[in-house]
Formats: sequence, C-alpha cells, structure tokens
Amino acid sequence: IGKSKVDEEVLDELEEILITSDVGVETTLKIIKRIEERVSVDKYMNASELDRILKEEIAKLLSENNAQDVKSYFTATSAKPYVIMVVGVNGVGKTTTIGKLASQFHKAGNKVVLGAADTFRAAAVDQLILWGNRVGVPVISHGMNTDPASVAYDAVREGVARNADVVIIDTAGRLHTKVNLMNELSKIKKVMQKVIPDAPHEILLVLDGSTGQNAFIQAKEFTRATEVNALAITKLDGTAKGGVVIGISDQFKIPVKYIGVGEKVEDLQIFNRQTFVESLFKRK
Amino acid sequence: MFENLSTTLDRAFKTLKGQGRITDINVAATVKEIRKALVDADVNYKVAKTVTDKIRDEAMGRKVLIAVEPGQLLVKIVHEELTQLMGGRLQDINVKGEPAVVLIAGLQGSGKTTFSGKLANYLKKQNRNVLLAACDIYRPAAIDQLKVLGQQVGVDVYAEPENKNAVQIARNAIQFAKANNKKVVIVDTAGRLAVDEQMMREIEEVKKAVQPTETLFVVDSMTGQDAVNTAKTFNDRLNFDGVVLTKLDGDTRGGAALSIRSVVDKPIKFISTGEKMEAIDLFYPERMASRILGM
Ligand SMILES: Nc1nc2c(ncn2[C@@H]2O[C@H](COP(=O)(O)OP(=O)(O)OP(=O)(O)O)[C@@H](O)[C@H]2O)c(=O)[nH]1
Ligand SMILES: Nc1nc2c(ncn2[C@@H]2O[C@H](COP(=O)(O)OP(=O)(O)OP(=O)(O)O)[C@@H](O)[C@H]2O)c(=O)[nH]1
Ligand SMILES: [K+]
Ligand SMILES: [Mg+2]
Ligand SMILES: [Mg+2]
Repeated sequence: IGKSKVDEEVLDELEEILITSDVGVETTLKIIKRIEERVSVDKYMNASELDRILKEEIAKLLSENNAQDVKSYFTATSAKPYVIMVVGVNGVGKTTTIGKLASQFHKAGNKVVLGAADTFRAAAVDQLILWGNRVGVPVISHGMNTDPASVAYDAVREGVARNADVVIIDTAGRLHTKVNLMNELSKIKKVMQKVIPDAPHEILLVLDGSTGQNAFIQAKEFTRATEVNALAITKLDGTAKGGVVIGISDQFKIPVKYIGVGEKVEDLQIFNRQTFVESLFKRK
Repeated sequence: MFENLSTTLDRAFKTLKGQGRITDINVAATVKEIRKALVDADVNYKVAKTVTDKIRDEAMGRKVLIAVEPGQLLVKIVHEELTQLMGGRLQDINVKGEPAVVLIAGLQGSGKTTFSGKLANYLKKQNRNVLLAACDIYRPAAIDQLKVLGQQVGVDVYAEPENKNAVQIARNAIQFAKANNKKVVIVDTAGRLAVDEQMMREIEEVKKAVQPTETLFVVDSMTGQDAVNTAKTFNDRLNFDGVVLTKLDGDTRGGAALSIRSVVDKPIKFISTGEKMEAIDLFYPERMASRILGM
C-alpha cells in the first residue's frame, strides 16, 4: 500500500526541500546522487522507506568527517581553565551564546570567567556584563575602545588566578573579508598563549542559522584564520532550516556542538544529528 | 564555490559547438545553469524558477539561438531582467510630516540599531532635526547601544530605561519630538522572528501608535532561502514601505534582495556597507544584479 515510483518527480521534490533548507546546490546534488545509487530509479517504494534512506544519507554526511555528537556541554579535559574563544561575523549571536553557555557551565558547578574582548561594537561590553550579572559569573573588561588582545590576556590570567574551570572570550563581530580584523583574531589568540600555551582550547565559530551559502565561506575563512574546532548554529527557532550545516559538515572536519533556539538563557541545546535531520523535513 | 556565470554559460554553449547548431534543448540546459547560479547566490528556489522561465522566453524572442556569442547575450538578458525585477530606479524615503516617523523593524541581529544611527546621521546631514527613539526593551544594553550611536552622530536619543512597554515609549517619544521641535523620529525596535506572535503583535501596536510615514524592513544580505518567508510575514503584518539591505561590505552574493523584491514588491531603499555611521548608501538595482551574477 502507498508505494509510489521513485521517479524524476519525487527526486525533484526532494531537491526542492533540500535547496529551500539552504543545503546548497552542490551538496543537494550529491545527496540526490547517493539516493539514486541506493534506490535504482523507477523502483517502487513507499514514502517512509525513501524517507528513511534520505535521512540516513544526510546523517552520514553530517558525521563522515565529524567526531561523534557532543554528549554534554562541558567535557572535562585536563585543561584548567578550559579556554573558549568565540568568533563569527556581525550579529550572529556570539555574545548571547556566551551568556547561555556560561549559564550551563555555571549550573553544572563550574567556575566561569568571561572576557569582554569586543571593545568595538557600541555597548558590547555592557551587553556582556549584563549577561554576566544575569548568570552570576564575573566579566573581565577594560571598557570600550581598548585593546582586545590585552582584555583576553587578562581574562585568561584572571581565570588561572581564580582557579576557574572555564574562560570564555567574546570577540567583536567581523566579516571574514576584512583582513586586518581577521589578523586581530590571531593576535588575540597568541596573547592568551603567553598564559596558557595551548589556549584557546576551543575556538567556537557561531553561524546564524538563517544565513545562506555565505555561511560556507565564513566557515572556510574563519577556519583558515583561527583553526576553528567547534560550531554553534543560532536562531534555529525561526523558520530557517540551517541546511548549510550539512554542506559545511561535508567539507570541514568541524563538529557542530551547540544550537541556539531563542534569546533566553535556557535557549541553547547540544546539537543532535538525528533531531536536526528530522527538523529539515518538518514544515513550519 | 561560485563560478562566474558567463564562464559557465560559455562552457555550456561550447559543449554544443560540435553540433553546429544551438537548439531549444540546449537553451533549456543553459537556463538550468542560470537557475543554479541564482540559487547559489541565495535567490529563493521558487523565485529563481520563475525568473529563469521568463528569461528563457525572453531569450527565444531575442534570437540567442543565432547569436555569435550566445553566452554573453544571455548574460546580458539575465542582467537586464534582474535589474528590472529589483526596481529599476532609485527610491528615497519619505520624511514629510510633523514630525515624520520612521519605524525600523526586522529579525534579530540584522543591523537595525546600527542602521538607525546611520539614517539619523544621513538625515542630519540634510539639516533635519532628528530624534532617535529606543524602543527595544529586551536585548541587554540595547538602549546603551543606541545612545552611543546617537552620541557619535550628534543626535538626541529618547529612552525610558525603566519602562517595559515599547508601545508607550514610542508614543511618548513622538510627544517629546513635538515638544522639542524634532522633525524626524527614527524608532529602533527589538529584533523579532516572524513566527513570534507576541512580538509581531507588539510591532503592529507600535506602528499603530506612531503612525509612521515610513516603515523600513531591515534584512541581512547574507540571508538564505528563508528571506522570502520572513519578508512576506513582516509585510503582511506591517505593510512596510521599503527594505534596507545590510552587511553588503562582505562577499555575500545577496540573492535575498531579488527574493524579497519578488515576494513583496516593495523597493529596497538603502544599503548598509559597514559598521561605521557613514556606511550607508542608496540602492542601485543594476549593481545588485551584477553582484548576484558574480560580475
Ligand atoms: N531568535 C533568536 N535570537 C537570537 C539567538 N541567538 C541570539 N539571538 C539574538 O540575535 C541578536 C544578536 O545577538 P548577539 O549575541 O548580540 O550577536 P553577536 O554575534 O554578539 O553580535 P555582534 O557582537 O554585534 O557581532 C540579539 O538580538 C540576540 O538576542 C537565537 O538562538 N534565537
Ligand atoms: N560589516 C557590517 N556590519 C554591520 C552592518 N550593519 C550592522 N552591522 C553589525 O551587525 C551587528 C548587529 O547590528 P545591530 O545594529 O546591533 O543589529 P540589530 O538588528 O539592531 O540587532 P538586535 O537589536 O539584536 O535585533 C553589529 O555588530 C553591527 O556593528 C553592515 O552594514 N556591515
Ligand atoms: K528551524
Ligand atoms: Mg557580540
Ligand atoms: Mg538593535
């Protein structure tokens, strides 16, 4: 019952779903090709079989290059403090994600220190301080228009002095096309290494889930400049599907760790491959 | 990842060369390449389909089939079509009124507050007495942010830090403007998702309270396929007058511009090209068409 032919029409429909989720043409064609290989065209199969195969293929793309899904917010490592530097283009949700993360770490009993190294965007320091107050963690800041690298340095030093478990450094939003600003990130990074040689342990690139194909370039350019090793995708509480993540996972070995699903402190989730794939096919 | 479209098209046509003659089928293949290029540039899938169908008809009429350099002619046709779709000519904003009110709305982080500062600066330079109104009561330090920008451009900011009613603040700002001889009030609002019913109702109420002469929808030029949904919902709720496209100083192709224009048929009035208060420009459809096509 309910078997229909996997034909041109079905595949076209599939293509539309993937493309309108921002998966991108190249990755979409790759997925479709894989489906075609698995289910010889013109074969009859029911919708749920096709659905399953499709989800399997996409989940595979999401995992082939990646480590396993992250199990918890804070993986205890030998590093103490564990230093996280948060980077990304303007307005994607870096500062908000830091506030949410700080809350999760704090609630789990970790000692957290935040560093206000966005000294450029109007009231960026105030914004982080308000988040610090909300969560109940200290924020190291030198005020606006100061050297971001020296804020980062002090934050890491304070983290060590206060015996903190985690230090999270906020940075100013910057477009990856601005060479000076990208170089500044390397400088911020290097200065922290004067305190802790292998810091930052995590460079978290924040991507806005409603961004289209440019997110792919952002991943590429930020990785080139700073060795990004974790991704957070924000604003998935909207109608955007964040499908660009699939293409990114396909081409870069960077795991998606977190997703943002709102503006409130609790609106952060650990990325789950299965749930993400399901949500791609859910019409809102 | 993105290839120059005309190179792609030339290649597509070149594969036909051996056949000596270009046929309808060949054109269909080429049109498919154009569609792929548009989708790669983040033009909405359905919009790209409609546009390329139109281009195919246009191409037949214009004898692309017998042109010496069919690839080039086709690109020219595509470029013309996109330019036309995005509005053809420049459109400024309406700041007539006592005071004129400009309402700024859009998704989170799209660049509303920054643009509010820029627009204040732009209008001040035209010798208008401008007031900025801080009606984002949610985002941490949103008021401070607007105040810093207001100070940078030398424009007063009306704020009520203790008041948690955006509609009331907006209304009071207009009263303040009237009492203080301000000629234009720019109302900055909180970012909101189109699916957030409570927040969408709030902005509707703000609009009703201030009766704006101009409502602007601010959208990040890096937005992907979802641009159509968001623009459509905001337009359904606010019936906005124009669009502001931000962050065009990056390398996004900005296909959202075309998508939005096709879905809501409202002009794009300004573009934002940086974080500084001077980084504002009018919208030139022809330049945007080139950008989308990677020319
Ligand atoms: N709906 C929704 N909004 C979010 C999410 N994450 C952040 N935001 C909102 O997006 C806007 C920008 O967030 P910020 O944290 O200031 O972004 P940022 O990357 O630090 O911005 P810059 O420092 O200016 O580059 C704010 O209004 C946030 O409340 C999310 O997951 N969902
Ligand atoms: N490069 C670049 N950055 C921009 C541009 N416009 C705004 N920004 C930056 O984008 C980020 C977000 O801008 P905001 O003005 O805070 O955005 P918003 O829409 O008011 O954000 P919410 O109030 O949180 O919804 C900031 O870092 C701005 O400096 C632009 O044209 N180019
Ligand atoms: K979503
Ligand atoms: Mg920030
Ligand atoms: Mg704002």
